[in-house]
Amino acid sequence: MTQIHTHQPDDHDSAYEGLLVDDAHWAFGSGQEFEHSEDPLAGVDTTVPDGVDPTTLATYCLMLGDDALVMSHRLAELTSRAPDLEEDIAIANIALDLLGQARLLLTRAAAADPEIVPGSREARPTGPGPSVPAEDALAFFRGDQGFRNVRLVEVPNGDFGETIARLVLFSTYRLALFERLTASRDQVLASIAAKGVKELAYHRDFAGRWFLTLAQGTDESRRRVLDGLAGLLPLWPELFDSHQVEAELAAAGIGVDPSGLAAEVEVVLDQVLAVAGVTRPQTAPLAGVRRLKGRDGMHTEALSKLLAEMQVVAREHPTGRW
Amino acid sequence: MAAPTREALLERARAAAEAVTDPELPMLTLADLGVLRDVRLTEHGVEVAITPTYTGCPAMAAMRDDLSRELRAAGFEEVTVRVDLSEPWSTDWITERGKDALTAHGISAPGAARRHDGPVALTLRPVRRSVTCPRCGSVDTEVTSEFGSTACKALYRCVDCLEPFEHVKEI
Repeated sequence: MTQIHTHQPDDHDSAYEGLLVDDAHWAFGSGQEFEHSEDPLAGVDTTVPDGVDPTTLATYCLMLGDDALVMSHRLAELTSRAPDLEEDIAIANIALDLLGQARLLLTRAAAADPEIVPGSREARPTGPGPSVPAEDALAFFRGDQGFRNVRLVEVPNGDFGETIARLVLFSTYRLALFERLTASRDQVLASIAAKGVKELAYHRDFAGRWFLTLAQGTDESRRRVLDGLAGLLPLWPELFDSHQVEAELAAAGIGVDPSGLAAEVEVVLDQVLAVAGVTRPQTAPLAGVRRLKGRDGMHTEALSKLLAEMQVVAREHPTGRW
Repeated sequence: MAAPTREALLERARAAAEAVTDPELPMLTLADLGVLRDVRLTEHGVEVAITPTYTGCPAMAAMRDDLSRELRAAGFEEVTVRVDLSEPWSTDWITERGKDALTAHGISAPGAARRHDGPVALTLRPVRRSVTCPRCGSVDTEVTSEFGSTACKALYRCVDCLEPFEHVKEI
């Protein structure tokens, strides 16, 4: 009987063959070549400036870092869910920029005061393994009350209109904050801020343009972006509360007191609203719990749910390496 | 054979470091991209400084590994790769040779970065850049998205030849 051949075996039979030849052309290698030195501040002088309490500086870095980390996670949740591919990529890019800022700030926090890093005192069964970098230990092994982000960034995602409204609020605030932070006596914070300013200016323009487009689009797009804004505005005043840590570091020439930002930030927001033909919805601020808010580690339950998802893999495999 | 002089060693280190390419823009060396900030000899090896293009640039780890590997291959035992954040990276640091390499590979090179004193002004109208299509040379191009496949690029479309292309955005 004649044997039927449909294919001669050749070099292309295994899809995995090409993976094994040359590591160098893979952006992340095969993972076998070097121990990755992932410290995003490798070689940077992280000496704490004179006259500053290291724990206070570390806490301040957590505040700014957690804002970026939690906002980044909320944006990353939208990957593959944006209205179109371009906006999907845009939102993912903004999330990536903020994740980068979070990495630098959490690493700076740990360098200022290693004691704040979970697992630094004793290895607990649920704590990070010894090979876990400080930034990861801080991101994945702190409970909700250890997070110092403002509550604006943690509330669950709504629709695209809500996402744009939140990005307008957050990037306007953070850009103004970072512009002032470039003058920090702490060289590390000043450098992180100088880099962040360029990124945040781009985010704010993106969000502002979409706000305009939606507000002046159809009745439905206008209704959605205004609903999003009205739902978020109760969390807006919290951004300008002055926490003791912020006030102390502002006085020391290291940080920025957010209460001093309000006037400047409101002007920009009013500009966006005016061009969009929107009257600002009147809303009452969301109170804290016994006056404690996000900067004190007092959050809405949404943060616990976010963290449960964000942290589960690291906590299930505390000694895992990847 | 006499041991190489410090100058010759430094030259060798520079040549090895400057030849390393960007993992995401392989037509560009790290030197042409403006990411390689410093190369200096240490007692037992070499120390190089790099700066990230964007804060979240995931290519930093790969750059670090590539520099380590190439410098070790060039005979340096101890290789330290340091992060330099003293000045934020700007597309103005991409060399002319780098810009030519981008264009030759179908990526539109950045123009001069915007400078500003004082607070960054809000821009609610689309950014107007004079972007030339890297394929057909037409200046009739339009932006399709301010963000692209990597943090450093925006998406454009040529109105004449209809091809989409990427533009390295000015920062």
